[in-house]
Amino acid sequence: MTTEHDIARPGAATGPLSGRSPRRARVLGRAAARLAFLGPGVGYLIVLLIVPLALLLSYTIFRRGRFGGVVYETTGENFSRLVDPLYLDVFLGSIQTAAITTLAALLLGYPTAYAIARLPRRWKTIALVAVVLPFWTNFLIRVYAWVILLSGPGLVNEALTGIGLIDEPLELLYNQGTIVTGLLYSYLPLMVLPLYAAIERLDPQLREASANLGARPARTFWSVTLPLSMPGVLTGCMFVFVPCLGNFVIPEILGGGRSIMVGNLIRDQFLKARDWPFGATLALAVIAALVVLLFLQAWASRVYGGTGERRA
Amino acid sequence: MRRPGLLYVPFWATYVFLYTPIVVLVVMSFNAGDSPYTFEGASLKWYGELAGDATVRQGLVNTLIVAAGSTVLSTVLGTLLAVGMARYSRSRLLDAFGLLPAVLPDLVLAIALLVFYAAVQMTLGLHSVIMAHVVFGMAFVAAVVRTRLSHADTSLEEASRDLGATPLATFTRITLPTLAPGIVAGALLAFTLSIDEFVIAFFTAAPTEPTLPIVIYSMVRFGVTPEINALATILLAVSFTVVIVAQRMTRLTESFR
Amino acid sequence: MSRTRCTRRLPAAAVAAGLALALAACGGGGATTSADDAAPSAAADQLNPNADLRKQSLTITIWDGYSPKDLPQQVEKKFGFPVKVAIHDTNEMAMAKLTAGPDSGVDVAFVSGQYAQALNEQGLLEPLHPELIPNLANLFPEASQLSYDKGNKFSVPYTWGTTGICYRTDMVKSEPKSWNDILNPPADLKGKVTMMTTERWLALPALKSLGYSINTSDDKQLAEAKDLLLKAKTSLLAYDDTTFGEKLDKGEAAMVEAWDGWCPTTNPKIKFAIPQEGSDLWADTMVVMKSSKNKEAAHEFINYILDPAIHSWVSENILYKVPNKAAMDMLAKNKPDLLEANAPLKMTPADLLKGESIIDLGEASTKYTRLSTEVSASQ
Repeated sequence: MTTEHDIARPGAATGPLSGRSPRRARVLGRAAARLAFLGPGVGYLIVLLIVPLALLLSYTIFRRGRFGGVVYETTGENFSRLVDPLYLDVFLGSIQTAAITTLAALLLGYPTAYAIARLPRRWKTIALVAVVLPFWTNFLIRVYAWVILLSGPGLVNEALTGIGLIDEPLELLYNQGTIVTGLLYSYLPLMVLPLYAAIERLDPQLREASANLGARPARTFWSVTLPLSMPGVLTGCMFVFVPCLGNFVIPEILGGGRSIMVGNLIRDQFLKARDWPFGATLALAVIAALVVLLFLQAWASRVYGGTGERRA
Repeated sequence: MRRPGLLYVPFWATYVFLYTPIVVLVVMSFNAGDSPYTFEGASLKWYGELAGDATVRQGLVNTLIVAAGSTVLSTVLGTLLAVGMARYSRSRLLDAFGLLPAVLPDLVLAIALLVFYAAVQMTLGLHSVIMAHVVFGMAFVAAVVRTRLSHADTSLEEASRDLGATPLATFTRITLPTLAPGIVAGALLAFTLSIDEFVIAFFTAAPTEPTLPIVIYSMVRFGVTPEINALATILLAVSFTVVIVAQRMTRLTESFR
Repeated sequence: MSRTRCTRRLPAAAVAAGLALALAACGGGGATTSADDAAPSAAADQLNPNADLRKQSLTITIWDGYSPKDLPQQVEKKFGFPVKVAIHDTNEMAMAKLTAGPDSGVDVAFVSGQYAQALNEQGLLEPLHPELIPNLANLFPEASQLSYDKGNKFSVPYTWGTTGICYRTDMVKSEPKSWNDILNPPADLKGKVTMMTTERWLALPALKSLGYSINTSDDKQLAEAKDLLLKAKTSLLAYDDTTFGEKLDKGEAAMVEAWDGWCPTTNPKIKFAIPQEGSDLWADTMVVMKSSKNKEAAHEFINYILDPAIHSWVSENILYKVPNKAAMDMLAKNKPDLLEANAPLKMTPADLLKGESIIDLGEASTKYTRLSTEVSASQ
């Protein structure tokens, strides 16, 4: 590297500041540098993230304006609506749907990641890229592909009637199962990647040791591999659960507007009902649920993190 | 190891699950007929339709403008932030703060920005989408660059500082060249995320300036047309190429390390 | 999170936050004052009939497939100003976008009558200048007496029609005659029915079948309607405002709540019926936004649409009736087959006026919002 020599040149030390009190200049320079490096990014995030979020959350205590926006009269109505069984059901239903999807992704993703981690190096890369590749096409088009597959005259029904399994086309679209399928399809790669990273790092010697000590493969898996890959499991679950909870496109396109999730409710408050305060309150509920989840995750990873440390 | 066969059932199931819809999209894009369900012979007619579709073209141009603009800003701000966080701060609060946009559900960020833009009476347009995309783009760039920084050797920077180089000189001559691969990777990530981003753009774009995902959304809302299949196939081909090129480039940069 | 560290950074963060708020406040203040300044001048009728239209450009927002594809090219060729078309998928989306900022960038918006009325109440619409739209004379006299905007002061009807049941003759055992047929379909049609999702049309079948006005704001009546709609939900395939025609055409649905023009009656197996309890009279209108900087071009555009040749061409392309007498006469003369094949096109203004006109209900419209949220939220 040539830069090394440039800096090492004695002349580099005689900057304009080095004349008097170099130490003070250094401290000042460091403060200035901190401002220069952190200032723009932090400032940007404060203006376009913290202020908007604060504004949004402040709306939860106000009344809705007739044409959107808010009227600055405080009210507790938004929060009491939140616990209305109607909205509570949607909220709990969404958590359920997101949880089912996460579980399905884990059950499908874990063996997949495990299998990938054991492939020869060359195939490993190809298999990994193949998992991510669908992710790089447009999200909406991927969802829409399932409409083609599952609708009444769609290919799945066609195939099933073709082989004589069914006589009448099945109603495969527009129910909770379809929504889960769509969510799973969209976010499965987010589960496989962290799992792969966690499993790949495991020392194969540990498995061998376990086997040599007489443990059967199942036992080895439950008491060695799985606990050690737990950080990956937790990360993967977060990666899948979070976007599921805020999704509104999949319930709309694959749910036919019949079963909705909290994402649809929030979207509708802003774009249809123009009830911003209630939409903000729903968003607050989602954030609260995620914060709880993050704490759970932090706690769980501390528990399992201990095991991971011993390995290293 | 004992029974690899059993393990490979879910493995293959995953790939069949991931690729069936994609194969269907690609095959149906060459359909000569109007039906999205039955293949009536091969034709390029839907690609012709797509080429003549001004709305799709405008969406594509808008998306590229937004992605380019937000990538440049995200990369500059994110790199500075990463270096600042790693070298000039030890605050864990700041770390969490920098990651917040990456973990926040996109819908929440979208409505927060919508509310904010309305409160400051800002006219929506492509600029409002760019500003919004920088919020999460910066966070991802910062995360990627920081990973690179944590692997990087700090002794060179220390040497540079000890020899009296200004922080600026240290940054441009030592830190930046070391970080280059991370910065490029971060920029690529920001670009990719912006190109495919729908929810935030949906809330912050002006009705007159839709991005491609918004255009696709209204196409999907108005029913199944084979034109979308053609668009999907093209997008797939492009990402395929990008992946291969990126793969090559990574190998190249890795050999330089 | 480490508390000791945050306190060290708090002052800096506070300064930055204060700065951000100050900036935000400045931005807000500046924009509001300029809007206030602009308001009175915009109210004054100061359009220049001789403005050079080639220096203007026009942005319209409209439903997908609701205007002939080459309309922008036709307009540009004739008047020399470019036309950009933005798409909205529902009235609600259009409203959200038109009201989101001080200037949506839209010059002419296509929205249904009651939404035009709501936009006007918010002061977002430019009062029309009839002297710049001589083709208004082509409209049916009835078309200027629609209750959301009597006298067409801020809106010009583009299409009009009614809502009914669109169905597959080969899939239903008996022809639907009542809204109850869709709200409570026979067992063999369960899962083969769709209803609309935009709030007023969602409520319409229930309100009409109960014998209430579709403009009611009575809580008890709306509660009854809600019960009916919740019951109906169990037999629905989907809520659909945009692709019900396609679903019917493909045989995915057998019976759908539909606007007349989007009932694909060109398929001989598909028919349209207006239930015996009656229905609505809706109009989709063209409005000029007050924030438009191309108001002369906007008026010229509206006038162009009302030209009999153009408006009948619109009707022929999108298969909706237009409230333009000259245009409908021309269509009847030139394309008798088209009218024969699409029965809804033959409805006269007198037929249409039997329907109840949907109007904006002011503050009470939130009740409908609530109703539609409740119906879609129920599992």
